[in-house]
Amino acid sequence: MIVRALLLVAAAAAAGCSGNQNVFNPAGPAARDIASLGWQLFIVCGAVYLLTLLALAWALARRRVPSDDTVETTASLTRTVTIATVLSIVILIGITISSVVHGRGLTSPSGPGAITVDAIGHQWWWEFQYRDLTPSDFVTSPNELHIPVGVPIQIKAMSRDVIHSFWVPNLHGKRDLIPGQVTNFWIQADTPGVYRGQCAEFCGHQHANMAFTVVAEPMDKFQQWIRAQRQPAAEPVNAEQARGQEVFLQGPCVMCHTIRGTSAGSRVGPELTHVGSRLTIAAGTLPNTRGHLGGWVLDSQSVKPGNRMPPNALTSDDLQAVLSYLRSLR
Amino acid sequence: MRVLIVLAAIAAVSSGCEREVRPFQTLPVASARAQRVVETTLHPGDAPPPATGQNSPFRENAWGVGEGKRLFTYYNCSGCHANGGGGMGPPLMDDKWIYGYEPANIFQTIVEGRPNGMPSFRNKIPDQQVWMLVAYVQSMSGNVRYDALPSRSDHMRYSTPENARRAQTPKQTGPR
Repeated sequence: MIVRALLLVAAAAAAGCSGNQNVFNPAGPAARDIASLGWQLFIVCGAVYLLTLLALAWALARRRVPSDDTVETTASLTRTVTIATVLSIVILIGITISSVVHGRGLTSPSGPGAITVDAIGHQWWWEFQYRDLTPSDFVTSPNELHIPVGVPIQIKAMSRDVIHSFWVPNLHGKRDLIPGQVTNFWIQADTPGVYRGQCAEFCGHQHANMAFTVVAEPMDKFQQWIRAQRQPAAEPVNAEQARGQEVFLQGPCVMCHTIRGTSAGSRVGPELTHVGSRLTIAAGTLPNTRGHLGGWVLDSQSVKPGNRMPPNALTSDDLQAVLSYLRSLR
Repeated sequence: MRVLIVLAAIAAVSSGCEREVRPFQTLPVASARAQRVVETTLHPGDAPPPATGQNSPFRENAWGVGEGKRLFTYYNCSGCHANGGGGMGPPLMDDKWIYGYEPANIFQTIVEGRPNGMPSFRNKIPDQQVWMLVAYVQSMSGNVRYDALPSRSDHMRYSTPENARRAQTPKQTGPR
């Protein structure tokens, strides 16, 4: 019984080790530095802790003997304590040096930069903006950060309301998004993959559901993605989608959302120009499926209480039309 | 006896610990708009326009008033009313009300629009949020409960918070 329980705990712990949101599964140089420093500290401190406890256990178990009070014993004890103190100082200095060496790697780019992305925190979602020399080529990608592998990406992080924190454990440490200030840092992914990021500074009611996805892909696939994102929204191709667009543009949706290529141009909610192409909705809360999207549009407050989107009383025909339209925006 | 007094004091204090309710879904999804049938045209002079007596469910709810304040910026009310001080549109923090100061009048002003520039937000703002805006517009001149008034702004520029302004007694005026 106990063995089985221990096995279960071990299995549960091991399952956390291979995830896409894991400090010990680094996918870039900065995360490798952090993971390596983490392991060093864990091993050194673990060994010191173990030795200290063993010495304590030995001292507790030992009985006094007559020779304890001799001058020789006192001298040998002084020697032992001095050696232990010197050893502690050496270990601490070693850890400090290692920490500084690893920390230097975190603050500077690992090579010439490729692209700059603005990361803007909102309660409770993320906005990633890819700037370009041509303003019409700006790309806004809410809650989904696409990056090419093998090149450093400069992140300019800022906040529109309260302090948030950008944390993709597989790529970098936590960096705060502070209102009225730009935080610059560099991330780089060397292994293609999908990594999960999470707000790491308590920012209100739905802090726990303020996540985002990082999609690291080869440069040609990234270029393909950004070319597709630059396009305005797809036009409706059938009557249902056309009705959906009409409902969207005449309803309350336009008060907050943008769909480029239509008259919807508000900037307070996530842009929906290519909402159908995304992996998740509601900042990583739900997978992007038609059913989840429907529940979200009708009554987002039961999914993510306190979020900024109001309930929408749509008739079932209108809802299906809106869903068809939104799903077609790829 | 002393124990009883202490217990009573603890009970009295802890009753204040209850968190204010945040009614995320106050109004039923398909709420009817009673005001829709009220046809209000201009009401010159001192006679206030008819009101249904309906009140904002958020008038005593600090969270609702605060949400109204956020929506006031979100929906660019400040574009004309300039944080309540007035600009292209009339000021909202004074005691003069052109189209009625009853909550139902304010609701109608937002939903139907008014002459000379106030657009109609019918079907654009859900009723629940309109009521939040109504509560906030009332709070600008101090006409909601004092402890529900916003005490600070989320943005960095300074302006006198709503609960530090002098409360105004609403006065009905006709269109200027």
